[in-house]
Amino acid sequence: MTIRFVLNGREMCLDVAPDRRAVVLLREDLAVLGPKEGCGSGECGACSVLVDGEHRLSCLMLAAQLDGREVLTSEGLGDTETPHPLHQAFAAHGAVQCGFCSPGMVVAAAGLLGKKARPSREEVRRVLSGNLCRCTGYVKIVDAVLAAARVLRGRP
Amino acid sequence: MPQSIPPRPSPPHPRADGLAKACGTERYAADLYPPGLVWAGAFRPGVAHARVRAVHTDRAQAVPGVIRVLTAKDVPGTNLQGIVHKDQPVLCEDKVRHAGDPVALVLAESREALVRVLGLITADLEPLPGVFTPEEALKPGAPLIHDGRPQGNILLRAVIAKGRAAQALRRCPVRLTGVFHLPMQDHGFLETQNGVALLTPDGVLEMDVSTQAPFRDRFEIGHALGLSPWNIRIRAPYLGGAFGGKDGATVQCLLGLAAMNVPGRPVKMVWDREECFLAGYKRHPATLRYTLGAEADGRLTALRCRLVYDTGAYAHLGGEVMELGLEHAAGPYRIEHVRLEGLAVYTNNPVAGAMRGFGVAQASFGFEGMMDALARRLDMDPLELRLKNALRPGDVNPAGVRLTSSVGLVECLETVRTHPLWTGRRQWEAQAPPLTRRGVGLAAVFNAMGYGRGLPDMAVAKLELLEDGRFRVYSSVADMGQGNASAYAQLVAQDLNQDAGAVELLQPDTERCHPSGSSSAGRTTYSFGNALLKACTAMRVKLLSRAAMVLMRDELTSLELAPGRVVHPASGRSLALADLGRLLSRDDRVCVAEFLMPVAQDPPKTGTAFPIGFPHLFFSYAAHLARVEVDELTGRIRVADYLAATDGGRVLDPQRFHQQIEGGVAQGLGYALMEEVALDQGRILSDTLSTYLLPTSLDLPDTLSLAVDGCEDTGPRGLKGVGEVGMNGPLPCLAAALASITGQRPDRAPLTPERVLRALNRKPRLRKQA
Repeated sequence: MTIRFVLNGREMCLDVAPDRRAVVLLREDLAVLGPKEGCGSGECGACSVLVDGEHRLSCLMLAAQLDGREVLTSEGLGDTETPHPLHQAFAAHGAVQCGFCSPGMVVAAAGLLGKKARPSREEVRRVLSGNLCRCTGYVKIVDAVLAAARVLRGRP
Repeated sequence: MPQSIPPRPSPPHPRADGLAKACGTERYAADLYPPGLVWAGAFRPGVAHARVRAVHTDRAQAVPGVIRVLTAKDVPGTNLQGIVHKDQPVLCEDKVRHAGDPVALVLAESREALVRVLGLITADLEPLPGVFTPEEALKPGAPLIHDGRPQGNILLRAVIAKGRAAQALRRCPVRLTGVFHLPMQDHGFLETQNGVALLTPDGVLEMDVSTQAPFRDRFEIGHALGLSPWNIRIRAPYLGGAFGGKDGATVQCLLGLAAMNVPGRPVKMVWDREECFLAGYKRHPATLRYTLGAEADGRLTALRCRLVYDTGAYAHLGGEVMELGLEHAAGPYRIEHVRLEGLAVYTNNPVAGAMRGFGVAQASFGFEGMMDALARRLDMDPLELRLKNALRPGDVNPAGVRLTSSVGLVECLETVRTHPLWTGRRQWEAQAPPLTRRGVGLAAVFNAMGYGRGLPDMAVAKLELLEDGRFRVYSSVADMGQGNASAYAQLVAQDLNQDAGAVELLQPDTERCHPSGSSSAGRTTYSFGNALLKACTAMRVKLLSRAAMVLMRDELTSLELAPGRVVHPASGRSLALADLGRLLSRDDRVCVAEFLMPVAQDPPKTGTAFPIGFPHLFFSYAAHLARVEVDELTGRIRVADYLAATDGGRVLDPQRFHQQIEGGVAQGLGYALMEEVALDQGRILSDTLSTYLLPTSLDLPDTLSLAVDGCEDTGPRGLKGVGEVGMNGPLPCLAAALASITGQRPDRAPLTPERVLRALNRKPRLRKQA
């Protein structure tokens, strides 16, 4: 079947198998490797993407469900040359260790900051609670998200 | 060996890998999908103990998209893997010994075909009686997991003895006993075991794999598959977590076997989360029995204990894990008389192996549980009791080693003692909200660094001046997330006075880097960092002396390294490193240096059952404090505050230091509160992340990590490894906090709501009147 969607700002038109999962489409067919597959069953959050600004798990979606949508991954927010404030904050605040959860965390945080410019520490913890991190204990991740929120509000 | 040590911790040095990982552009082994990929997967019958009569692959072979289905008879080498003992088949032939044992390997054109085929293979199995606890395994006449072993199901039994424990215990005015049960823990790394392999036309087996030990992997694969290790090339990109679980073969031998059967085509194997639980290594479940003797004033005099570790179906690192647990079993305390006995026992449970806190996380529950019980018995302040007995520099530790290394436990305890979280604890406890009980606990813990005596802890660093005047570090020690690679870049930049951006990192590649051991044992920055600083010294001399020729200076001391240049301050002349880079031949742009970790001199004449790795000389120390709230209705523990004061020598980079502590504490809190691999007759019941719970951002406190100022003279810039010590504190700390509420020491981890409720109800306590 043919699907059309916008991926990180680029219009895509693709022929996909009906049972292709979104995470496999992104990673294996399109080489968008920021979303990671940590569990394949919606439990770890490493495959997080934004679909029309909403935080979604690409391992639980079929590729076909992306049809007509706007999909954003961590790569779509920026790259190492032109990083997003969340990327910068994650690096600066030590929110990254092994980094396998990081692109998903960044996406989840971007989803939150897209709706709420001034979240509390508790709200950040709540929104990130579906994204597992085994390295950090989350302290520095929460610090980074709050710091990025300050930057995005224009008050570094 | 003492080096010039800077007076203060250096300013924060952002991790070299942080930004690319956050952006999603860093490439892990799991991100590799070379064209023409073949998918490989293992068939695991899921039975814990059985004879294999036949493996039926005919239906599977006929499925479109299937390339080959291999069984044990297709394995060309010994078909045996194992780091110390070669007892684990790559593909089982006559017997399966745990539910994750594989009997067939499938190669398919697509992941869809692979999944279809794995469902079509069957095995004729004759079930054998299994043993699922060490107690069963040790009974006379118990079913044997491995035939032909004179010690039966005992992998290793060892004793560490000092003084006369039995006699001394009889004389002690205070004697306490305790039994402690520890669960099986899963590493829970997010990148599951995986890799990509290719057999090249030259006959070289190349592998990009998520591994902690690329250099050792060559020997494991070579032995198992009958290949020369020199024809195996392993690359270890950044790992998506490991924590010990990728130390030793996971996918390596299976992948190698697969690649040998499709020469010229890349093969990918990725374990899914269920397979990761089923076939991956685990933290050893353990049972600890303690008898502690003390004087009436709290001085420890004697300790006897027996630690039994369930190593599962194969040896892996079971003997070594038990060794380290035993070496730490008496805690970081002065005790004159000890008799510590340890057993690592085979069962038909999943294979246990290395995990952060390598045997010590278990023992910490034991010795700190005893200390807490002693403090209650004597009505002593638990912190003062620990201070009274804490190891100090120059002491002989319980294993009989004189501590010529740095020992900062007293400073850690003092840091906690003066902290408001401790001094204000009574007031905080008294302000518990309704239906909530509050308690505060503390723990003193330690963790050895390095391989220990008998297994040379060696690292070989290679540093190259690039043609553009920057530098490349050939890292030989995998970075599983702890940031050792970034530490290497920082050491070089600071030592050679270069900008951080002037140092690039090459991740381990057995063809381009030098063997430097595994990423484990809290050794990565210490050992390789020391080697690298020696390489830097050689590089500095090289750069100055080559520049002296161009700048026509007789005295090297008149020259200095500046960012991107060698300068002669007196004349103001200089030479760009980029010019030097082009001037020198490749051979002349490289410096290689090695470092061997010192070991204990005059080792104690005990622990003779340990062939390698005993004793250790260097330890990191920590004192932890937890403030917890217990919900009287649900039994749920909420950790309100957590403080970790750590002696890791001098801090090279505060951010990476605290990352390690906060992360270790997080894993330790998971171990304390919720993590337990549930087993039934060797089968894992909790094989998903919704049944095996890892702590989320809502389960953990804002842990406060403080470094005490110390210096290990042998360490690079005075540091010691701190990757593991943080893991060891949370369980005893929370147990102590809970005991302060219930009056009874918990004897079983994790401290689940059910257990907490039982403890609360066991001894009802009237609420204090407000």
